[in-house]
Amino acid sequence: MKYALFLGCTIPARSRQYELSARKVAQELGIEFVDVEEFICCGFPVKSSEIKSAMVLGAYNIALAERQGLDLCALCSSCTSALTEVAHHLAHDTKAKEEVNESLAKAGLKYDKGVKVRHFARVIYEEVGLDELKKHITRSLEGFRVATHYGCHYLKPSEIYDGFDQVENPHTLDEMIALTGATVVDYVNKKRCCGGPLLAVEEKIALAIAKEKLDDIKTAAADAINLVCPFCSVMYDSNQKSIETAFNASYNLPVLYLTQILGLAMGLDRKELGLNMNVVKTKDLESLLESRRQKPSQE
Amino acid sequence: MADIDLSKADPNFRRELASQPGGEKIAACFTCRTCTASCPVSAVNSKFNPYRIIRMALYGLREEVLGSDFIWLCSSCYSCQERCPQGVSITEFMTLLKNTAIQAGHAPAGIKAQRDIIKGQGRIYAIDEFDNKKRNKIDLPSLPTTCEVVKFLF
Repeated sequence: MKYALFLGCTIPARSRQYELSARKVAQELGIEFVDVEEFICCGFPVKSSEIKSAMVLGAYNIALAERQGLDLCALCSSCTSALTEVAHHLAHDTKAKEEVNESLAKAGLKYDKGVKVRHFARVIYEEVGLDELKKHITRSLEGFRVATHYGCHYLKPSEIYDGFDQVENPHTLDEMIALTGATVVDYVNKKRCCGGPLLAVEEKIALAIAKEKLDDIKTAAADAINLVCPFCSVMYDSNQKSIETAFNASYNLPVLYLTQILGLAMGLDRKELGLNMNVVKTKDLESLLESRRQKPSQE
Repeated sequence: MADIDLSKADPNFRRELASQPGGEKIAACFTCRTCTASCPVSAVNSKFNPYRIIRMALYGLREEVLGSDFIWLCSSCYSCQERCPQGVSITEFMTLLKNTAIQAGHAPAGIKAQRDIIKGQGRIYAIDEFDNKKRNKIDLPSLPTTCEVVKFLF
C-alpha cells in the first residue's frame, strides 16, 4: 500500500500532531506515504468564491499524483471532498477536463485519467481492513468513553464517495474505535457540522454551532472526542477555550484524532502521537486509561 | 424581514441560475423545509434559512439575494442536499449564489482574502523557516516556503 500523502494547508502549519500520528500509524500498518513537495491548496476554500479556480487547484494536485502513478491519501476531510469532487467531475465532463488542462499545461502538467482520492480513515477501513487493524491493537482502551464526530466532508456529498459509509447512519469510525476496546458513546446531533467554514464569515455563529456539540457530548459523559479533520479540530480543540469564555461554559474535553486513538491502542507513546501538542490537555488521559483498565465502567 | 416587493423582481435571475451547475433543479423545490430543519446554521441563527433563499431566488429577487449577508452563512455541510426529497443540489446552489455574488461585487472580506492568499501563495498558511524548524524538530519533513506555480495556473 503506497499513497501520495496529501497534507493540505492546515495540517502542516496548525495540526502537526495529526500529521505526526498519521505517519506513525501508517508505518505500523505497513502503509507507505510518499511526500510530493509540489502539492498546494486543494481548492476547497476557493470554491465559494470561484469554483473554476477551485477545480484548477484540485486538478493540479491530482495530476501531480497521477504523474507519479500514485493514488492520493488525504488527512483532511475538506481536502478529501474537494479533490474527490474534482476527480468525480472530470471523469464525467470532457469539456471541463479540456479547460482544466489548458491551465495545467502552463505548469507543465496534464490531467489524464486522474487518480483515486481517499481519506486516510477510509484507506484504513477499506484497504487495511478491520481484521488486519485488530492485529495491531496491543493495548486495550477498555473503559475509555469516546464520542466520534464524523464531520461533513468525510461522508458528503455522498454522490462522490461510491457508497462508502452511510450519511444518515455513519459507522466506519465507530467500528475502528470499538476495535480498540473503547466504548463508543452515542449522543444527540452526532451528525452535526462543526461550524468551521463559518469562522472566516461570522465567528459568533461558528462558535455557537460548535458549542451545541460540546454540550451534547458533555451530556453523554464522554472522556474525549474523536475526529478526522483539522477544521473540526480547530473548532473543538483550538477554540474550546473561546467557546467556554463566550458562553460561560466548562468542558475540558480532550479532542483526539482517530490516528492518536489508534496509536495509543497500538502501544505508541504520547509524544510519538503528538498528544503533547493538543490544545486541551491530554496529560491526565493516560492515568485515566490506566484506572479504567483496572476498573471498567458499569456500562 | 420586510415585505417582498415583486416590482423589483427579475424573472431572468431564475433562468440564469437554472442554467448553471447547482441551479438545475431549483424549480423542483416544493417548500417542504426539510433543508431548513436539517440545517445546523438555522438551528442557531434564524438569519440563515435555505428554503427562503431558494424561494427568493425563484421569485427573481436578484439584489436581495446576491447583496445579502446570509448566503455566506451556508457552512457547506450538505445536510440539506442529502435529504432534499426533490433532488435539489442545495449546497451546490448556495455555492452558485456565492460565486454569482462575487462576480457582482459582493463578498465578505474574509472570503475575498482567502481567495487572494491562495491564488497568490498557493496555501492558506504559507510555510516559513520557523515552521520548518518546528516540523524538523519532531521529524516531519520540510515543506517549500515559496510557490511559483500559482503564477502559471492563474
